[in-house]
Amino acid sequence: MERTETDLVTAVLRGDTASFEPLVARYSPRLFATARRYARRESEVEDIVQEIWVKAFRKLSSFRREAPFEHWLMRLAVHTCYDFLRAHQRSREAAFSDLFEPEEDWLERFVSQPSSAAEDAQAARQLVGRVLEQLSPAGRLVITLLEIEERSVKEIAGLTGWSVPLVKVRAFRARAEMRRVLAKMTKEKYL
Amino acid sequence: MNQAELHRKLIAAARRNPPSERVPHAFEKRILARLRACPMVDHWALWSQALWRAVAPCAAIMLLLGAWWWFTPAGAPPANDLSQDLENTMLAAAESEQSLDFSR
Repeated sequence: MERTETDLVTAVLRGDTASFEPLVARYSPRLFATARRYARRESEVEDIVQEIWVKAFRKLSSFRREAPFEHWLMRLAVHTCYDFLRAHQRSREAAFSDLFEPEEDWLERFVSQPSSAAEDAQAARQLVGRVLEQLSPAGRLVITLLEIEERSVKEIAGLTGWSVPLVKVRAFRARAEMRRVLAKMTKEKYL
Repeated sequence: MNQAELHRKLIAAARRNPPSERVPHAFEKRILARLRACPMVDHWALWSQALWRAVAPCAAIMLLLGAWWWFTPAGAPPANDLSQDLENTMLAAAESEQSLDFSR
């Protein structure tokens, strides 16, 4: 019979470290998908997920069993990803002049005929990655959670620990930041 | 260029291509090995352990100070009382003037 999450957590807290393994196996796919939204290199993604699990193990006693384990873990994951973004703030003033050919083609197709630029194209996905990399850590987190993952403001407040008004303010700023980045990109390419 | 449309298209592209959920081979084994290598640190337990260890030396110091206070005889106030010396010095001039007046 499969042990429930509560049983596994109780066993780990009693010192049975091996009971942590089923939790790692169950939730790692979700954590890898989350980390891949914020880090590009696979080594960075692995480091983030590893850090999430180490934190989860150390803070397990703070897990109140009122909410599902997954919610608690995702809060920890979002915090760790946000810390990663803040620690790895690369030069956000990078130029768009070094776009790869497929990305340039996609942009040109969009400029000539917007409907012909497919949303499922790999180039579009890479272009989004480039645009998101230019945003501030808070801006990137909010745009990802609110617009890409389509979460509600309340959910984001729960995940990040920010208040609902703060999420709204940051979302407003993030959209303005994204507009500026897109304007810069199109200006660099087409003016 | 319609930037609002570009924004919408790019966000739609990101939604349509969710990141992979692929987990590296034997990842959970690696995590477990790492957790076993660095055991869980309970800060509350460390603090309580340190405080319990400090109980005996603190009690011993308290007993020694108590005994020292108890067995030290309550003698006369020290001869070199600074406040008294200061008072004598300040009033010395007035006293000498007074004694001169009386002698006349």
